[in-house]
Amino acid sequence: MGAGHGSGLPGGTGQGRTLVYRAPAHVKILVLLAFVLTVVATPREWFGAFGGYLVAILGVALLVARIPFGWLAKRMVIEVPFLVFAALMPFVVRGPEIEVLGVGLSEPGLLAAWGLAAKGTIGVLASLTLAATTEPVAVLAGLQRLRMPDLIVQIMGFMVRYLSVVTGDLQRMLTAMRSRGADPRSPRHWPALARTLGALFVRSYERGERVHLAMLSRGYDGRLP
Amino acid sequence: MSTPVLDVRGLAFAYPDGHQALFGVDMHVHPGERVALLGPNGAGKTTLVLHLNGILSASAGQGAGSVAVSGLPVTRRNLLEIRRRVGIVFQDPDDQLFMGSVRADVAFGPANLGLTGAALEKRVTDALEQVGMAEYADRPPHHLSFGQRRRVAVATVLAMEPEILVLDEPSSNLDPASRRELADILRGLDVTLLMVTHDLPYALELCPRSVVLSGGRVVADGTTYDVLTDDALMRAHRLELPWGFDPRGIADGRSGAVDSLPG
Repeated sequence: MGAGHGSGLPGGTGQGRTLVYRAPAHVKILVLLAFVLTVVATPREWFGAFGGYLVAILGVALLVARIPFGWLAKRMVIEVPFLVFAALMPFVVRGPEIEVLGVGLSEPGLLAAWGLAAKGTIGVLASLTLAATTEPVAVLAGLQRLRMPDLIVQIMGFMVRYLSVVTGDLQRMLTAMRSRGADPRSPRHWPALARTLGALFVRSYERGERVHLAMLSRGYDGRLP
Repeated sequence: MSTPVLDVRGLAFAYPDGHQALFGVDMHVHPGERVALLGPNGAGKTTLVLHLNGILSASAGQGAGSVAVSGLPVTRRNLLEIRRRVGIVFQDPDDQLFMGSVRADVAFGPANLGLTGAALEKRVTDALEQVGMAEYADRPPHHLSFGQRRRVAVATVLAMEPEILVLDEPSSNLDPASRRELADILRGLDVTLLMVTHDLPYALELCPRSVVLSGGRVVADGTTYDVLTDDALMRAHRLELPWGFDPRGIADGRSGAVDSLPG
């Protein structure tokens, strides 16, 4: 049951000796924040600037931090829903149209789609660089040093701790479902899947209560020592 | 006799939804004793345990009676001191271990009591050494085996230097070797012990005395050997020994090997 080994997070990518990995977490968080704010604030018509950003972040990620490209590429998938939304924009937004391969696309829509895709991709790349080079626990310590409200840091800490427990619960429930002849991927069994997720929520909620109880039993008074 | 570590008098409790779990429980545990709390599922064992450190009390539902720990009544004002004196080890170690490292987890309780620096460090090291987990201090708890997590859970409570250690199903889900290792650790501790369990051989092995709770009442209180060999009592309260296990046989064969045998 030893869940949580080799979660694909930091350390697993073998960049432990690079400069980016060793930099203090709070510095990395500040740099990330400044970088993302700069990218978002750049007018989307400055096409050249985005090229510069992309070169900069890829340079840091691949050359300085030595993160394998495949590691980044696999995790970029998280951006897909935003890209789909961006791809819809030229068809949905109203305004002067231009013809591309016989289809009318709105010009402001194209521009908005470009802005969303470019800023999103660069932001995700920058966040992944932080994630690949910093232990989750170190990110939390960094946030604490940056005076992030204690309660929020605590909540994030519990998330880090219990993510593997909850996903382990879910995996076991799905295995049990499969063992009884249901395929969670098939739409026919989605109602059963929905109930499983409901049960998972209740289980996690009850676990939260038990954790709180165990904390109270050890004299917890609202502040983590 | 000395002041009991645990003094439960006429404890009754009903949950807010109206379900009554305890109907006037009287129980005493004296310093240095190791007592097993036995009873079928739904007997009220967990409800009773949660009263011992004030998680549940009359104010959380409808209740009556009193609990005192070494003479100190369990009231809202005494709560922190009560929770130092009564250390509860819960059944699922994942509920108890929630910090990023074993060391931080064991330090959580004593730090809440106001310990810092070298004193805190010493508590952590001592507690981990008592359960044989000192070398794992810097590991994240979720990378340990289940048996190791159970032992760390015991250490998190020992670090508060409780007067009584309360264990909820300590042997559940352990493989036989881990189960025996935990028994060795528990036997070696210099602390009063109350153990809630369905594992009757474990109770016989570790606890000279047993209290049987059934339907929210104490129905038996005596030596574990007498309780386990009282067939009528066992049958009446859904207690069953594992197949092939007979306390009488052990008494004949290896007298003195078990703490709770007569003589």
